Amino acid sequence: MYDYLISPFAEFEFMRRALAGALALALGGAPVGVFLMLRRMSLTGDAMAHAILPGAAVGFLFAGLNLFAMTAGGIAAGVTVAVGAGLIARSTGMKEDASLAAFYLVSLALGVLIVSLRGSNIDLLHVLFGTVLALDDATLLLIAAIATVSLFSLAVIWRPLVLECVDPNFLRSVSRSGAPTHLVFLALMVLNLVGGFHALGTLLAVGIMMLPAAAARFWVKELTAMIVLAIGLAMISGYLGLLLSYHSGAAAGPAIILVAGILYAGSVLLGPVGGLKRHFVPARHLEA
Amino acid sequence: MTAMTAALEFKNLTLGYDRHPAVHHLNGKVAEGTLLAVVGPNGAGKSTLLKGIVGALDPLEGEIDRNGEKREAIAYLPQLAEIDRSFPISVYDLVAMGLWRRAGLFGGIGRAQKESIEQAISVVGLDGFEARTIGTLSGGQMQRALFARLLLQDARLIVLDEPFAALDQNTIGDLSELITHWHGEGRTVITVLHDLELVRKRFPETLLLAREAVAWGKTPEVLTADNLAKARKMCEVFHPDAPVCEAAA
Repeated sequence: MYDYLISPFAEFEFMRRALAGALALALGGAPVGVFLMLRRMSLTGDAMAHAILPGAAVGFLFAGLNLFAMTAGGIAAGVTVAVGAGLIARSTGMKEDASLAAFYLVSLALGVLIVSLRGSNIDLLHVLFGTVLALDDATLLLIAAIATVSLFSLAVIWRPLVLECVDPNFLRSVSRSGAPTHLVFLALMVLNLVGGFHALGTLLAVGIMMLPAAAARFWVKELTAMIVLAIGLAMISGYLGLLLSYHSGAAAGPAIILVAGILYAGSVLLGPVGGLKRHFVPARHLEA
Repeated sequence: MTAMTAALEFKNLTLGYDRHPAVHHLNGKVAEGTLLAVVGPNGAGKSTLLKGIVGALDPLEGEIDRNGEKREAIAYLPQLAEIDRSFPISVYDLVAMGLWRRAGLFGGIGRAQKESIEQAISVVGLDGFEARTIGTLSGGQMQRALFARLLLQDARLIVLDEPFAALDQNTIGDLSELITHWHGEGRTVITVLHDLELVRKRFPETLLLAREAVAWGKTPEVLTADNLAKARKMCEVFHPDAPVCEAAA
């Protein structure tokens, strides 16, 4: 048992680093994922992941596998798309999903065009699928810093953020913090996706945010509990995913996301809050 | 009315969407402490007027004088449909939002404030519902919770948009009792309503709106058969190719 569950991490430093990275990602990303889900913005995260890809790729093409260049490129692309789409949605009649789609498609096309000009490169796979088993000090620090910033920022914007989700008209009537809150939240999403892509790749980074959040929805009804549970599920996914990858030799990033997917499937089946079990095996109704 | 200070004054106010006016050249004052009903057919501009009052919509022309009051100090209850009731938040937390102006981003919720939250929940008759999520409430219970939030806002000017739509008599009775109570405390209350019987019974002053003010004054003098017929006729005159309005400012 010990050999199977603990020794991979006790013996190998790269596994410990991967675990630390996965836990930090869970801490920052899962709460953001819960809010994305509750605001019906689940696919926004996915679109943003696509938008970040070209930024990171451009950084990579100019500076190689340079942490700073790729991070800066990803953040620049992500923030441009998020803020641009948000501003257009708020100042015109266009819905945010449509303006986001317009922005991220342009960003993606631009990125692919730039990459194609420079020819293919096998290292680009790192950008696409991440390198969770090869996190160096700088990357680990970046991921931990992003988790810290995320938790602090969420604490700061908690009240207006919740209020904007439940009753945006009320928030608008008592305060002008709606727009800045929304922008800070979008920035947190971008930061976490950028942190995630170093470990899991641009396309899978959104998985560690959304899957645990969606799973948690099936177990608890209250917001704080939902966030705590989502963080826990994301951490378990990271741990089990790394174990799975270690023992089977499968790629680590997809393994983590697949474990999160299995937890999600289990929650859909068994979760007491609207899960399928309740649907197919209905319990007898209560008296009041 | 002339001797009292005005809580609100509309000066040649035109409000609308995409240049089409929904409220057209409205003039008049709402005196401090007035209990005013705003009635009129669908599409008469009632909700638009409220959005203008709370500053959610900028005038196309003219202005609203709020007598120096900040728009954030106005308590506003929009129509019920605009709240996300699937969001996992408790009745207690929803009501506590009414303390926003005093607590803000970080302000602690102290013992006195906790008591005031519990008291507000009790006043609207939701004792025992504190920990329930808002998704489990009926329409009437939800509206009671929102009234508790209004109580906590403790505003001098309260603006309600069809607060009694689709509620049962019992709930309407309790909540309109609260409105009357606010009036007794000297607050200014402006309410959009469709139930003319209720308006006659509880609202001393009425504005009959059909894009323009058809009549505005004491309720019995406003709600005459003539005026109501006139309001019906004046409504829904939207034209996609309407000419530019040249009425004198």
